[in-house]
Parts: sequence; structure tokens; C-alpha cells
Amino acid sequence: MREPALIRMLPGGRRMHLHDGPIDLIVEANGTPRAVSTAYESAARRFVSILDELCGELPLLRQPARKYSERPRGVVARRMLAAVEPYCEDCFITPMAAVAGSVAKEILESMTAAADLDRAYVNNGGDIAVHLGDGQSYKVGMVERPENPSLFGYLEITSAEPVRGIATSGWRGRSFSLGIADAVTVLADCAAAADAAATVIANAVNLPNHHGVARVPAREISPDSDLGERLVTRGVEPLSQLEIDAALDNGVRVATSLRERGLIHSAALCLQKCVRVLPSFSTKSERGRRDIFPKPSAPRLHVQLELSGRTNPHA
Amino acid sequence: MPDVSPPDTVRCDACPVLCYIKRGHAGACDRYANVEGQLVRVDPHILLDRAKSQGTPLVPFLEREGDWDGKIMKGQETFVTAIGAGTTYPDYKPAPFIVSSEVEGVDMVTVVTEGIFSYCGVKLKIDTDRHLGPERNMVRAQGEAVGHVTTAEYGSQMLSLGGVHHLTGGSKSEGRVTCETLLDLCNGKEVELTIDEGASVRVAAGKPPVVNGQREERMRVGCGSATIGMFAKQWFGKVDDVVVVDDHITGVLSEHQAGKLLGVRETGIAIQGRRSTPGRYFQVAEPGTGWGGTNISNPLTILKPFKTKFAWPHLRLLMVSTTGEQFAYYELDEELRPVEKELPEALKESVGRIRENCEPALTTVLFMGGAGGSLRAGVTENPVKLTDSVKRKLTRVTCGGAPAYIWPGGGITFMVDVTRMPENAFGYVPTPALVAPIEFTLKNADYAALGGHVDYIRPLGDVLKEKERQRQLGSHTQNPWPLKPHAGNSES
Repeated sequence: MREPALIRMLPGGRRMHLHDGPIDLIVEANGTPRAVSTAYESAARRFVSILDELCGELPLLRQPARKYSERPRGVVARRMLAAVEPYCEDCFITPMAAVAGSVAKEILESMTAAADLDRAYVNNGGDIAVHLGDGQSYKVGMVERPENPSLFGYLEITSAEPVRGIATSGWRGRSFSLGIADAVTVLADCAAAADAAATVIANAVNLPNHHGVARVPAREISPDSDLGERLVTRGVEPLSQLEIDAALDNGVRVATSLRERGLIHSAALCLQKCVRVLPSFSTKSERGRRDIFPKPSAPRLHVQLELSGRTNPHA
Repeated sequence: MPDVSPPDTVRCDACPVLCYIKRGHAGACDRYANVEGQLVRVDPHILLDRAKSQGTPLVPFLEREGDWDGKIMKGQETFVTAIGAGTTYPDYKPAPFIVSSEVEGVDMVTVVTEGIFSYCGVKLKIDTDRHLGPERNMVRAQGEAVGHVTTAEYGSQMLSLGGVHHLTGGSKSEGRVTCETLLDLCNGKEVELTIDEGASVRVAAGKPPVVNGQREERMRVGCGSATIGMFAKQWFGKVDDVVVVDDHITGVLSEHQAGKLLGVRETGIAIQGRRSTPGRYFQVAEPGTGWGGTNISNPLTILKPFKTKFAWPHLRLLMVSTTGEQFAYYELDEELRPVEKELPEALKESVGRIRENCEPALTTVLFMGGAGGSLRAGVTENPVKLTDSVKRKLTRVTCGGAPAYIWPGGGITFMVDVTRMPENAFGYVPTPALVAPIEFTLKNADYAALGGHVDYIRPLGDVLKEKERQRQLGSHTQNPWPLKPHAGNSES
């Protein structure tokens, strides 16, 4: 039986929580109270139909993207296809690889179209769409483990830079991965692009046919997965440094080429406590650390947007 | 893809994604999972906050901004409900949450689980005098038999819906529709029901029933005879005779004991139907949705010609239904025939008073289920000891924090008012069966004594740390606080 969408304010009254089926969004806007309230109302109104729209075209969106694929009708579905199209000649990819980022972007746009906001973000389970007015910035806190959150590093996105989307992908995440990266975080022009790129790079961090990697056909776990019979990663045994380097090298090679093609701005790749960061991922740490992934104690990465100067709800 | 699931796969219909979920896995949302072939909701987990009166974060923020401050509660002020707690299967494993907290110096344990109830149903009390259908007739939803008409109670008609025979004993679609109907009613949604040879009703828990498209506003204050008794004094001297039309007992002032005592003069009125005692008539008409639960729309049809020996021209007659919703005023002409006139000012007040004494008509929904042996095994190694402890009132049973009435006799068969439970507290499995939250609260020492899974007890603080899957709600103002020690199972 269809459960209705959930729309509510989170504790503190600043952030809005939108939930429908597998979509779970945290939304926050800054601006005049009137603008914020208009933006939230607009986001909520846009949100209630988004899942039904996507599901109406689900079979098409689960098909591999091709250069001249059948165009989906929905605006979010079109954005998903557009985000994965740059990759469709080089690898297997379906529009579903960009679904989270595309939804985040759609909701963000419904807000910025309705009201003049200083800044805003829509966080769809780690895939984040960001709006920054002139002179505005966001400090993004990096969290290793969502279940035991503590910020260990920050990076700052400012209105002067072109980054408006952040996404993370990895085999430990909610979606399947063909690769073995614990987490790949990507900064890109928009959330849809970041989402697709993170998926592609995480898939590339890999050791094909390695006996220490447990792989299962996606359909065996999730019968209607867009990945079909492709083998998805379910477990990775401790790897030697050589193996880790080899897998990360593969990922960095792909990430570098995406960066050269202008598809992403930066990326951080994490595998068994080893981290590679592509240039210009300039980070600051309040604890004086330079790296954004300073030897994480646990490999699972979770990106948490945090307002600078405000209280950390996890503290 | 064809709409057939392999045997170990369930199709989730909680959202339009319609995931196929393999045994032991969760759907795309991580909130519904396939547990041993059954679709189970695993999120969110509801906690009740004692300090807050009922308020729900599900109300759109547009209407109720800042309604919920979501502060983290501690100690006795937080009660862990079974809503979203999930269930364990097979049941000999301990229930998903066995929580300890200290309340007023006594260590209390709450065992919470979402029970899967194949033996369950709802009892509907529909406040109306209108005839909904003959006793024992089928009640249908979407054309499927989902229950039957039982007895009429005071001012109300009772329906019994669900039960294992409709859920699993009939056709597949009968079971599915029954499950859906029960789930909707338990979750406070409106349901349309039709009764064989009877009415069509739209009902929702805590809302006025709609009978044949007409919203019921008021319950009757009493039967026709009782109404005569209550208002005789107010009518005396202002009108010569009053007939209170009622499907059960129609009352006549001049013949009724109350009229006699006041010295009301005989009027020669003659009523259709079977006279019970003076001034009290059964079966003045057929049951229906007209005046006072009868099928009449013109009250004169229940009158026979006035007896010329007693009646007189200009005799004043008031006819009114038991809820005061219908009324008419007549005076006899020279041939002693009633002629309708405008209701005099002096009588308006009494008609108004009948109406205001009639309480708002509601539909109430009680969920009734039985905690089977296997559910009880999630609480203790020796299920009968839990039954015994409940009967001795050492263990309190709540459903989503709402008090449950425990039927005497064997087993743990209980009833709970669904409007006192948090919103959307019920779920279902495609068996079909309902998933309802159930919590057993008792003293630590008593829990150990009945062979409880004491090794699995977790402090409340530990459970509260799992914030991700939890939602905190205010406790319902009318519910006794479930953790309060020394109170047994009772309706508040």
C-alpha cells in the first residue's frame, strides 16, 4: 500500500526532511524568513510528485544509456540521462547512476526559482546540490562513520568556485558498486554530474578477478536492479599495499581523465584507509590536518553539510 | 518484467518503485525488508515523549511549523514503542528490543516487537440509529466480504470486520481486501463499506460516520420512551400530545407514565405498531434512514385516525425524532385531521434541547488481536508465563504506548482504541496479516522470574543512541504513561 510522502521540519526548525520511498532529503536554506519559507513550500510541493514521475519511466531509466537512447519525458529523468551520457560510450552506465543527484538538483532548483536565497542545499543521502549567492560559502564537514559521527576534516565551497554538487559512491553505500572503493567523493558543477562521476570512478577503483573480492550478480540481491547480472561487490578482504595502490591507480586514471574533460573539479578516492586526492581539493582542518582523509579509522565515508559557526547537532 | 515473483522474492508496494526484494534483503529504501518471505517494515522506530502531548511531526510544516523540537529525551520520559521496531522470525529469538529503564526507583523492562497478527480484526461502533443492515449480514469492501453486522448497541450499530476466516479462509482477493480495509481503518483512513440488504457507510476512526451519503451529526439522547420521560415536564401545558419517533421504542406523551403523572389529558391518538406498555410502541415502521432510524419521511404515516371519543379540534401535536433532527407540529382541524403548522416558539426550546443532548456521532475502531505463542516466545522462553504475568497484572500490555484491554480467559487477546496510537502505527504482510506494535512492560525482577531473555536487555540510553532510525512523538494525552509502575492493564 502506497505510503504518503513525509514532509516535516527537523529538530531546531531550520532543516526540512522530505522522504518518499527510497528518496530521503535534508533541505536547508538561508535568507529572509519569508524567502526561506517560500522556498521550503516550493520544495515540498515539487517533492510530492517526483517519485511517481520517476517510477512512471523506471524501465527506461534502468536501460543502459546510449548515444541515441530513447529520451525520457520527465525533467528529472532527462537530467539523469544527460548526466550519464558522457560516459555511455566508454562503459556500462544507466541513468539510475545519477538519480540521487538529479533529484537533489531538481528540488534545489524549485527553491531557488521560488525565492531569492542567500544559500541553500539539498542533501540526498550524501549526494548534495548546493546554491551559493554572491559571497556565500559552505563549509562541508567530512564524517567517517554516520553511526558514530565526528568531523575530521572540512572543505570549503565558495561562490567564486564553480562547484555546486557533491556526491559520494562506494560499495559500502546504499547503491551497488562494480568496484571496490570504500568511498569516492566528487565535486562537480552540479549534483547530477557529481553523482554520475562518483559512480564511474568508484566502479573503476577495482581489481578484476581478484580472489579476495566477493562479488554477486546484482539480480541475486535485488531482482530488478538496473545492473542485471553484473557482478557487484559485497565484500573485500584486507588487501596488500601493492593491490590497494593498483586499484586506486585505476580509479585515479579515470578521475584524471574526467577532470581533463571538464566533467568534475576534484575527487577523493578511499580504499582500505588509503586516500588519493585529485588536485585542487583544497582542504582545511580545524585540527591542523592537511589531508581530507587523514588515515580514516573506518573506511566508510559520509559527507555531512554543516553550517559554519553553528552548533554541530552531533556534538 | 512479468508481475510474478520467484518463490523467495516479495514485491513491495509501499512506494511506486515496487521493488522485488529477495529473502533476507531490504528494498531500495532500506525500510522494507523480506524477512523469511514476508514483507516487513523496519523503519522508522517510534519513541514516545511523555512531556509532550500528542503532536505529530507528520503534519506538514506549512501548517504546524516548529511543532516538534525533537529534543533527546532521557530516562523515564521516553518510552520505546514497538512501531517500526521490526519483528524477529522465527520467534524463539528474543524480541527486537528489550529495553530497561529506571522509573520511580523501580527497574522496568519493556519488551517491544511488531507482532504479525493473522488472528485479528476490528470492532466498529458506528454512532447512528439508522438501520445499517440486518444482523449477521455481510459487510463488504470493494465487493469482497470483509465482516458482518453484529448487534445494535445503545445509539450505535456494531460491525465486526476481519478475523482469520476473511483474512486467510476465503479467496485471495477477499484476504487482500480485508487486510487493506483493516489496515486503513487502523491507520485512521476512511473506508467505504456496503452491507448486504442494507446501507452503504463511509467510516474512519474518530470521525462522524456517513450513512448513504449523509453525515451523522448526533447520537440520540435516549429511545423515544426515555425522551418522553426526560422532557414531559417541559412540554406540559405547551402542547397537548407529543410523539417521539424511534425505530426501537416510539413514545407517546399522553399515554406514557410520565404524562399520566403530570395529568396530561387523553388525546385519542392511535399509533401503528405493536404496543409494549402504555405509551411505548415497537415497530411503528420498518428500520431505515428516515426519522429516528425508521424508514419514514412523513411522520403522519405512523398515525391511525384519532379516536373521536377523545380528540378535539385544534388539538396541538408535536412529532419529533429521538435526535431532534426531524420535527413537525400539527393542529387538528374540525374533522380531527392533523394539519401541519409552524412550530410555536414555546416548543422550539425543547426540540433544541433534545438535539443538544445528543452527543456527536462518531465511528470508533478497536483493533482486536491475539498474541500467539510464538510472539510470546520472543519475550520469554516459557510463553505461558507471560500470559500468566499479564493476567496477574504484573505485565502491562500496550500498543504503540496506548493501553490495551486484555480479554479474560486463555491467551493474550487484546483490544485497543486505534485513535490513541501514533499515526500509521500499523503495517501488513502479504500473508495477509496485520503488523501491529505490542509492548510488554514489567519489573526487571518479574521479567527474570518468568524466564525472560534477560541477556538481551539493553539500557534505554543505548537504544536512544540509534538516532538514525528513530522518530520521537509526543505521548497521547489520554493515555496513562506506559512505564508507570504498579498499574495494571486497564482502560486509563
